[in-house]
Amino acid sequence: MVGLAAVMLLVCPELAWADRIGDIAETSLKEQVVRFFSLRDPAVRYALIGSILLGVSCGLLGSFIVVRKMALFGDALSHAVLPGVAMGFLWNKTRDPVAIFIGATLAGLLGGAVVTLIRQTTKLKEDTALGIVLASFYAVGVCLIGRIQNMKNVGNKSGIMDFLFGKAASIGADDVALMAVVTALVVLIVGLFYKELLVTSFDNAFARAVGFPAGLIHYALMLLLSFSVVIALQAVGVVLVSAMLITPAAAAYLLTDRMHRMLGLAMLFGVFAGALGAFLSYLGTNLPTGPLMVLAATTVFVMAFLFGPRHGVVARAFRQLSRSNRVKRENTLKAVYHVLEQREFDGESVSMRELAERRRETISKVEQQARKLQSHDLATLDADGQSLHLTPEGWQRACEIVRNHRLWELYLTNEAKIAPDHVHDDAEEMEHVLGEETVRQIERTLNHATEDPHGRPIPGLADLQAGAGTWTPAGPVVGYGGRS
Amino acid sequence: MEKIKLQDKAAAPLEIHDLTVAYHKRPVLWGIDIEVTAGQLVGIIGPNGAGKSTLIKAAMGQLPLSSGWVKVFGEPVEKNLKRVGYVPQRESVDWDFPVNVMDVVLMGRYGHLGLLRRPKKADRDIARACLDKVKMLPYADRQISNLSGGQQQRVFLARALAQESDLYFMDEPFAGVDAATEASIVAILHELKEQGKTLLVVHHDLPTAKQYFDSLLLLNMRVVAFGPTESVFQYELLQNTYGGRLTILSEVADAVAEKSR
Repeated sequence: MVGLAAVMLLVCPELAWADRIGDIAETSLKEQVVRFFSLRDPAVRYALIGSILLGVSCGLLGSFIVVRKMALFGDALSHAVLPGVAMGFLWNKTRDPVAIFIGATLAGLLGGAVVTLIRQTTKLKEDTALGIVLASFYAVGVCLIGRIQNMKNVGNKSGIMDFLFGKAASIGADDVALMAVVTALVVLIVGLFYKELLVTSFDNAFARAVGFPAGLIHYALMLLLSFSVVIALQAVGVVLVSAMLITPAAAAYLLTDRMHRMLGLAMLFGVFAGALGAFLSYLGTNLPTGPLMVLAATTVFVMAFLFGPRHGVVARAFRQLSRSNRVKRENTLKAVYHVLEQREFDGESVSMRELAERRRETISKVEQQARKLQSHDLATLDADGQSLHLTPEGWQRACEIVRNHRLWELYLTNEAKIAPDHVHDDAEEMEHVLGEETVRQIERTLNHATEDPHGRPIPGLADLQAGAGTWTPAGPVVGYGGRS
Repeated sequence: MEKIKLQDKAAAPLEIHDLTVAYHKRPVLWGIDIEVTAGQLVGIIGPNGAGKSTLIKAAMGQLPLSSGWVKVFGEPVEKNLKRVGYVPQRESVDWDFPVNVMDVVLMGRYGHLGLLRRPKKADRDIARACLDKVKMLPYADRQISNLSGGQQQRVFLARALAQESDLYFMDEPFAGVDAATEASIVAILHELKEQGKTLLVVHHDLPTAKQYFDSLLLLNMRVVAFGPTESVFQYELLQNTYGGRLTILSEVADAVAEKSR
């Protein structure tokens, strides 16, 4: 919730502000939207295409980073490339995409090697090694960038600062070409080696046992990862590029249980975040692109976190609620059974008064519960609403609950050797969760017993099937195994 | 098929000679010498830290060896990986991983497919048959985290069956499973043995070890005993295996590790 609030706070003023900028430029928001998406400006075209490409490659690789639990590695790698970016720039004092790409990739690989070295030669664990590399490489990079900015003839026009927080508008034709090559490579490799990536990510030992070069696949993935970090740098910036790897993939992970769908969703979210970020930064000309892309991705993540159909907070709360409603209904059914039992099953209808006395609740509360039973076809109310009558279904469920309760009490007393006066509260909970299979197991263990520890009969299979109307008080109570 | 059988007679499914394995320079297995003949169901028994999993991994060529060699069907294991099946420890993987039961069992076919090739319908049929064998076919579409411990173990067994191997290494396939699952796994192991397959199974429980296996390998950093269950399952040998780690071996191992630091 805090995350959502933060996102709203950050995004909304952004929009308002962007609108204001639009006013100054004397163009309406609508015209700007048209202008952006009609791709009339080449700069806009490059920015948008570049953002989409990086969304695809980050989504694909990010999914593997997330399931391989290497999110921190992605973060460290993205910071470690900064000195390489600066060195690539210094190579011929211009922003040559290829030189920067090579420099950044080398720096990333060096960072990875240092992490491995620290881990293998000291007792320090990987997270610590990553932290050290992340900070030190980044520090070197920042110093180098400071030097570049102070250089004559290059200075502020260098655009090197764009690498820190990202600027989609600075993406040129050369950059887009490089991004296209890298993204194509990523798509090709993930497509061709999907099976190999899947098995090494899930069960590395097994992958090696079937003869797959797990180490090689790991390093190939690392290399692709550093490529895609580097191409994303210009748009997203060093500081936040790892979020474009992790956040869309994490959102996708919350929404699906299959890897190939996760890859598809992560790509989709990556593209969405990339394009939206580029668009928002186009509206507000002074805003860095990276934070906007990351916020767009975070919004997707928050939505998945809240509204995911299976693992979402809302869906879980709804399931919790429906479970607790079911428990309430079952408790009412149980009370009806107890009332009937007390009367030795003489007559079938139970009055609200009897039910209220049994449950120690007010008449109006009990009436409410009775109506809930009626709406679920578990009971019918009389015309005056003063007494209720279980349907066959309601009778069956009531018997099941009482049976579960008494069986569990008996099981705890006989098998787990718990004192009879300690078992009731536990059974109150267990009666609602015991499955059919477990109940049968308990039945067998207890030798199809017919009485609970307090001497009351346990309703059995025959009783369940009888339905309320045909219950005969004289009939013997048979166990659930149905050995009558 | 005939040709393969002749080869089997010529070369033992597994032969390990003077094998020593070290983790971070600290030896955990010393001078292992075993030869397992075809059609045997071998239980690997020993206390925690005895090197049971290490032995399996070393036999499959997954660990660097300090000395000695391993031969599988008379050749280095790398050449015969398709004939080796593996059930890793259940805790070794993340069960929240986004795959379903069928995806996992299909991984058993990957070795036969090799790099680049995708599973075909024939592979799916085999995977389905293997799932049926462990009575998990109705769960084929389930995400793997929605399974009980016993069901997860059966999925791993089905994956190993899908490997259609001749030599199987299983690392604690009975860990955390219910009695019914344990019985059905034992039945499958015996069935595989009847088909002439060779199985090495890491096992923790002594009383059932005596029932389940034809031969036992008592292991505690070195081979304490290896032979038919009735001759090996003896108080003195078990005492030797479990009666604390061998102090001198342990101390020397520490010293070796210290020296290389």
